[in-house]
Amino acid sequence: MLQPRSIQSSQSVKDKILSLDYILVISVLLLGITSMFAMYSTDGGEFKYHTNSHILRFFVFFGMFFVVSFISIRFWHETSYFFYIGVFILLLGVKYFGLTSSGSKRWLDLYFMNLQPSELMKIGLILFLAKYYHRISIESINSIKYLFVPITVLIAPVILVATQPDLGTSILIAAGGIAVAWLAGVRAKFFVFSAFAMLALLPIAISFLKPYQKSRILTFLNPERDPLGAGYQIIQSKIAIGSGGLFGKGFLNGSQSYLDYLPEKHTDFIFTLFSEEFGFFGSLFILLLYVVIISRIIRVGNMTRSNFGKLYCYSFATAFFLYVAVNMMMVLGLLPIVGSPLPIMSYGGSSMMAIMLGLGIVMSCKIYKDVPVN
Amino acid sequence: MLSPGSGNTVIKSKLISRRMFLITAAKAIVMVGLVGRLISLQINQATKYKSLSDKNRFREWKLAPERGTIKDFFGTEIASNEPLYQVHLIPENAKDLDNLFVRLKAILNISDKKVSYLRRLIKKQKPWEPVIVSENLDWSDFSRINLFLHELEGVEPIVSVARTYPDSSSAHILGYVSQISAKDLQSKEYLQDLAVPGMAIGKTGLERKLDEQIIGKVGYQRYEVNAFGKRIREIKIDQGQAGKSFKTTLDYEVQKFTAELLKDKAAAVCVMDVYNGDIVSMVSSPTFEPNQFVHGLDKKYWNSLIKNEKKPLGNKALSGLYPPGSTIKTLVALSALENKIIRPLDTFKCKGKIELYGEKFHCWEKDGHGIVNLRKGIQRSCDVYFYEVARKLGVDRLSETAKRFGLGKKVLSDFIEERSGVVPNTKWKKKFIGQNWYLGETLHSGIGQGYFQSTPLQLCLMTAQLGNGGFKIKPRIIFDEKNDNLRNYLKFKNENPNQPLPTDLLISNFNLKPLFKNQEHINLIKDAMFSSSNEPGGTSYRHRFENPKYTFAGKTGSSQIKRFTEEQREAEVKQESLPYKDRDHALFVAFAPYKNPQYAISVLVEHGGSGGKAAAPIAKKVIKKVLERHELRRSVNNSSGESV
Repeated sequence: MLQPRSIQSSQSVKDKILSLDYILVISVLLLGITSMFAMYSTDGGEFKYHTNSHILRFFVFFGMFFVVSFISIRFWHETSYFFYIGVFILLLGVKYFGLTSSGSKRWLDLYFMNLQPSELMKIGLILFLAKYYHRISIESINSIKYLFVPITVLIAPVILVATQPDLGTSILIAAGGIAVAWLAGVRAKFFVFSAFAMLALLPIAISFLKPYQKSRILTFLNPERDPLGAGYQIIQSKIAIGSGGLFGKGFLNGSQSYLDYLPEKHTDFIFTLFSEEFGFFGSLFILLLYVVIISRIIRVGNMTRSNFGKLYCYSFATAFFLYVAVNMMMVLGLLPIVGSPLPIMSYGGSSMMAIMLGLGIVMSCKIYKDVPVN
Repeated sequence: MLSPGSGNTVIKSKLISRRMFLITAAKAIVMVGLVGRLISLQINQATKYKSLSDKNRFREWKLAPERGTIKDFFGTEIASNEPLYQVHLIPENAKDLDNLFVRLKAILNISDKKVSYLRRLIKKQKPWEPVIVSENLDWSDFSRINLFLHELEGVEPIVSVARTYPDSSSAHILGYVSQISAKDLQSKEYLQDLAVPGMAIGKTGLERKLDEQIIGKVGYQRYEVNAFGKRIREIKIDQGQAGKSFKTTLDYEVQKFTAELLKDKAAAVCVMDVYNGDIVSMVSSPTFEPNQFVHGLDKKYWNSLIKNEKKPLGNKALSGLYPPGSTIKTLVALSALENKIIRPLDTFKCKGKIELYGEKFHCWEKDGHGIVNLRKGIQRSCDVYFYEVARKLGVDRLSETAKRFGLGKKVLSDFIEERSGVVPNTKWKKKFIGQNWYLGETLHSGIGQGYFQSTPLQLCLMTAQLGNGGFKIKPRIIFDEKNDNLRNYLKFKNENPNQPLPTDLLISNFNLKPLFKNQEHINLIKDAMFSSSNEPGGTSYRHRFENPKYTFAGKTGSSQIKRFTEEQREAEVKQESLPYKDRDHALFVAFAPYKNPQYAISVLVEHGGSGGKAAAPIAKKVIKKVLERHELRRSVNNSSGESV
């Protein structure tokens, strides 16, 4: 408000490039390269479909990451409601025109790619709520009246995604939204009440679960219940990771994945494959990259002046952390298999797109950290 | 609200930061938890998961080892291996089992029963474990399968090896092999790691005795398999180890010759080297076809074996128990001499029968032998003479001598079918029958009847130990270069006729065990046996050899099945006119050549009648055959020197 124009105009292109967070950029690039090696291994040591397509996507969306970075945060603030609404319409589109694969309807055929709008919704919801809480006064935050919109915009996509069915993504979308609300200062009491309400609704929710979803949860509680059926994934994943040991079996030598014992090795279980081949130290390396990325996002949040930027960065960092943590806990046998990709590592265009978009907006917060959004 | 003041913004910003701090702390805790989990899985439990991963990865298929062969003394294989053409089916590789079975039925002519059996087997087994569709195909069927192989997915033609025997002459002593049964797996520890589907193990005879060594070591084919059990690549192949091959003391030529002689008879022949106990021949008749057992027995054939009253499956030489009859008279006489009960020239008068203890004891010669001494007693096999001798000797002293010569206990080791027989005495009767000994029973024992039970092998050993001058020998069937002490001793004695050492010391120097107190007694028995076979009036005089090269000294015997009634005796009923089952068993034992004994023989003909008529002619032919091959045999056995 005080001197918006001058600050923005005083930034030259060179300044903008210099103000990129290079540690973040390098970490993302390193993770991307690591993911290419992992993908190459899932293709049995050949450049096949998954590897080629993963490499292409990474670089396309890595490019997009830069483009997004240089677009002013003001733009993202202004368009966030529209962005959310657009993605929501896409989600509705999935419901009616979506592609069905292995029993769930998650994708829209866009001819050049199959888009999974639920992944974009992860970012869309955070953007929406960040703007919403940015705009309302601190006194209004905890008034019931101002809880109505956040709850609606959170519940609506979550239900849409959960009925695709895609339990994992819907939970992660909700987690992102809850993170914004929490950071914005919604009272802890409210979250506790909601938790109790959820708990009370749990039996009803369970009755809506598909049999395979129920079985996954039961299996998580006791993987040996059905070692060749639903427990198979958890058991084989643990065997793969455990047998990697300190140093791993070596690149392209992961027998568990090579011999098809690992299910979904391109997507949800990519960490398992990497961990089998590169062992404990390889796993630590990946964890470290994620820690660096998350802490850099938080750092950007600390630096940015606007509360929209702060809310967005912190929420995105939290959501990003949750994507990583949920996936890893899943493959390490600490959570039921719900189906959630590992950011950047996993095969999947929409997920990659959403993450890169999210990171791009973070970077935009950094470049335009002093730009007031309204 | 739409234009928040800067103060408001700052408060809000502080609130956001405070809440972020809480979240960051929570994140740190979760991260530590993840690292902890990684440590637990990849460091603490790495060994466990590595072995689980290997278990996933590798699957092993066992390879049946090649069974060792069994050779005769001259190196001829009497139990060997032949290529075997089989068709296996790996269910998981077959796309459409139903269709496959239809095709296989057309090509191989397998029955519906077999197909349903295979289906049941497939259901029971793991999908990657092969089932054997055809055990033993001939070459033309096998090549037909190979021709159609491209349309028979899951079918694998296998060339393996199986036991084969050149003929059935040695079926009993060699025994047979057959599929492992559940009982075998339980009772035989060495089979625990060996059980390969389709593998045959020894069930009887030498095949069983040698099984543990002859069977070999199972090989492994280790494959890396994927999650669906498909073989990806071979990791390791261990061909296993073929079983040890064995050389026996048997002479295959003699086996064949003897088997042919005994054809259609229920009979047994044992031939033994009198010096080292080598069993040159052991044939039991009727025989069976051992090759039939290798690939699952035909039910009809099995029934014909079971129902045959001549009992082709049993080895009569090892497990047939017969009263030794008059063949025991040699030992009765020897025992009496050794115990100073009689002197060689002491005589008794035989009037055809004697009455003792209110019972009549008949001589086989109804009119009696007149004045009989020891030599004539054995020559004519006079029962009355031996009633008198036995009466004076007593059964306990007789049994002591009989046991010393190897009766009443197993001769060979590890043949499950071998039986030990009975040498009765007062203690034995008390213990096993629970009654006191009657003196009349001593008389029956004196002519080898009553409770006496022996195997043809035991009688052969007994005769061999008389023939060799009264030394203990340990019969053997597995060739062994060593342990020819007795021959060495005799060789030494012949080469040093004036050696100063006393005989006793010499005997112990050569580690020999004499069975006599006075060797002269043995010579007396041998001489009497000579007269029995070679002097007019002898019980086997008609079957003698004039040529001293083949001259043998023997003793006939017949073991009673049913005692003659007085009426039959009066009517002079001949054995031949009795029903087959009631006829006596004919026995004959001998050693040859008389001057320089090399071999002992025992012949049994079940229900053959008298030993002189039924058993001695067979013995004569076998003796000739064995002696004709003697030089050849000695030349093979170069380690123990020339003949003595």
